[in-house]
Amino acid sequence: MGSPDQIPLSAASRLGRLLRRWGVHPDGRKHPAAGTEIAVLPLPPRLTLPLMQHIGAPARPIVAAGDRVLRGQMIAEAAGPISAPIHAPTSGTIAGIAEVPVPHPSGLTGPAILLDVDGKDEALETEGADPWTLEPAEIARRVSAAGIVGMGGATFPSAVKLALGQKKPIPTLILNGGECEPYLSCDDRLMRERAAEVIDGARIILRAIGGERVLIGVENNKPEAIDALAAAAASHAEVQVVAVPSRYPMGSEKQLINWLTGQEVPADGRAADIGVVVHNVGTAAAIHRALRFGEPLTRRIVTVSGGAIRTPRNLEVRIGTPLSALVDFCGGTTGEVARWVMGGPMMGLSVSNLAVPIIKGSGGLLALREEETADGADAGPCIRCASCVGACPIGLMPLDMAALIRSGDLKASVDIGLKDCIACGTCSYVCPSHIPLVHYFNYAKGELASQDKGKLRQDAIKQLAEERSARMEREAREKAEAAAARKAERERAKAEAAAKAAAKKAAQEAAKQEESTT
Amino acid sequence: MNTVLSSPHAIGARSVGNVMGLVLIALVPATLAGFWRFGWPSVYLWLVTILACVATEVLCVRLRGLSAGKAVFDGSAVLTGWLLAMSLPPWAPWWIGVVGGVFAVAITKHLFGGLGQNLFNPAMAARVMLLISFPVEMTQWLLPTPDALPGALDALAITFGAGAPDAMSSASLLGHIKAEATKGVLLDQSLPGHYSATAFGMGERQGSLGETSALLLLAGGIFLVIKGVIGLRIPLAFLAGVVVPAAIASAVAPDHYLGPVAHLLSGGVMLAAFFIATDYVTSASTPLGQWIFGLGCGLLTWIIRTWGAYPEGIAFAIMLMNATAPLIDQYTRPRIFGRKRDGRSLNPAETVKARAR
Repeated sequence: MGSPDQIPLSAASRLGRLLRRWGVHPDGRKHPAAGTEIAVLPLPPRLTLPLMQHIGAPARPIVAAGDRVLRGQMIAEAAGPISAPIHAPTSGTIAGIAEVPVPHPSGLTGPAILLDVDGKDEALETEGADPWTLEPAEIARRVSAAGIVGMGGATFPSAVKLALGQKKPIPTLILNGGECEPYLSCDDRLMRERAAEVIDGARIILRAIGGERVLIGVENNKPEAIDALAAAAASHAEVQVVAVPSRYPMGSEKQLINWLTGQEVPADGRAADIGVVVHNVGTAAAIHRALRFGEPLTRRIVTVSGGAIRTPRNLEVRIGTPLSALVDFCGGTTGEVARWVMGGPMMGLSVSNLAVPIIKGSGGLLALREEETADGADAGPCIRCASCVGACPIGLMPLDMAALIRSGDLKASVDIGLKDCIACGTCSYVCPSHIPLVHYFNYAKGELASQDKGKLRQDAIKQLAEERSARMEREAREKAEAAAARKAERERAKAEAAAKAAAKKAAQEAAKQEESTT
Repeated sequence: MNTVLSSPHAIGARSVGNVMGLVLIALVPATLAGFWRFGWPSVYLWLVTILACVATEVLCVRLRGLSAGKAVFDGSAVLTGWLLAMSLPPWAPWWIGVVGGVFAVAITKHLFGGLGQNLFNPAMAARVMLLISFPVEMTQWLLPTPDALPGALDALAITFGAGAPDAMSSASLLGHIKAEATKGVLLDQSLPGHYSATAFGMGERQGSLGETSALLLLAGGIFLVIKGVIGLRIPLAFLAGVVVPAAIASAVAPDHYLGPVAHLLSGGVMLAAFFIATDYVTSASTPLGQWIFGLGCGLLTWIIRTWGAYPEGIAFAIMLMNATAPLIDQYTRPRIFGRKRDGRSLNPAETVKARAR
């Protein structure tokens, strides 16, 4: 089934689509980056590899300063079931493990392995395999060993999602080629230039999860990518390329599943509960390389764009490359940069330091001019226009949630759905009063989490105190019992002795009597 | 300056001032038609009302210690004044506009907390206050006679002096049939000569300054819908709330009940359905709630017109529905994705079963 086609949906789903037109159509601004071929960024002199590039436990370093490593060699191992190893993106010498600025809006630091690049780019001998001869569990193991995480930005260890199929086969694999964030075109270029890798990766994932079909959802603003994928999938009947409307946040997992299959992921459940698993197209390509060539995840495609970048384009970058190297390669900046953003403008992180490295989940680096950002827009009072209500893809009432949070009633905002918010930013985007709604929601979620943590701590202390008093009580009781037992023992002994003495006396008296009678 | 560094880093182009500006643009055609039909007195009244609103806004904002410039440039006070002027008798004396404007902005808006906080639509609350307090001035309906209008100077005397000469005013259609009905005159007697659908559609009738040009108001409303400023739910529901009962009642007893088209083209239905009931602040926010809100406005309008003491009921209907809007919102929240209506999570087992079927 080569050509993009539509999935048959129930009348109810179609009516639902008509009645609830969630989302927004932000200015795409994908060009000129999307129209330019991927360029390979030259190796920088030093790579910075944070140990925390994924959801889960940070990786554990297995190298020390002075060690020489080759490209593809593991330098930090996964620490636990939800974690991912990190591999050397090129050959060189480990300069050390240090606290460095990591991609985080606060400018926080985190531990990272520093690798001095020697420029030889010598690779470790690796071997691929024919995935069709491998057991599903082995595929998952190899993906895990290759350090592959969700490359759409979620950075959840991919092997964990592959292993889900071992409990119960998952019939549907959805590849997310939505790329609904403005500016970003890294997935677009990947699908156009390496469609065969994406399709092969998808089929490998399908084998790992025991699935039956692959649906690749691509927004219809990327016709070249759709054509390339459809051509690459022409001989694979199980793979279907589907054009989805260009509407943010179509690339959100739950929205894409709903659009493609008509199903809704339960609020308290996961996609696997309804027989679906979603991977990013970049993840599929990485899995293809890991399985076919034994190549771990050490590079990715990054869109460098924004109004202040001289020549916006997509770069293939080694993980750990500092952001400044990407900017320099793209001709530097023109004019004043109001804000640097890692990721897309809707959900990305603002960064203040260009020494921060590219990590596995970084899909974009944007240098935004003031007119491209929300800067300078004063937040006004809510005029209850309900734009946010119409735009929310989850069906929440952001205006009411924000009002409750403003008045400090976090619990009431949870009651009307705060925890269902996916922080997609649609509400803030459409708000004519420029109220930073998502900011309110993130604040409330953080505040609730710390309250929960505080409560857990309190509960733990309370429990300890209760246990202590119970223990003291028990000990006191035991002491008293022991004392009582000892006393009883003494009395018994006394009584026994008395009885013995009495018996002795009686015996003596009896003997005396006997004596006297004889 | 907005220093929030969290996402999203981009925002849409629409702003509050932008929204208000589009509404003002949409009001222009019907307003110009009103000026043409009712002459200079209506222009003066319109100006005075808007000035009163803006001046009151500046004063209130100053008293509350806020920045006056921003509040005036968001356009909301201009819009309030404009809408109030649209709903006043065209030759009403200047102090009607001033008292109404001050009441709308100071009492209805700022006493409740300012922009976005008012429970009632300021223009409608002011209109109701004026109607109850000054019933004579508020029911001076003028025959639209563009040829015999006073000049700009004579008009000053009408607006700022003695008021409209009695000879030129007469009852509106709704007032006329209500008065006739109390005398026992049925519609087949009272209607002929007072109503023609084509004339009413073009605005050739008595009525408030801006409410008479049904077609131009409709055009303005469609412009706002296309621009995405208002949705279709409230206007459609409002019109349905008037048309459906009117159609049923007039089909059953045509002598007692006015027909649906006459209802649509008389009074302020078009103005209210597209420009007043759709006021963001005072209408319902949920999709279902907006249907209910609009339907309620329409239905109450028809009920008050048909059985109430007043010939026109729109202002009352809208204020009543304004009061219920928070409650409507509370009970019509949209279903949250992945959850049932009652807020419990969908059950994965059920979902899969539904898919198998």
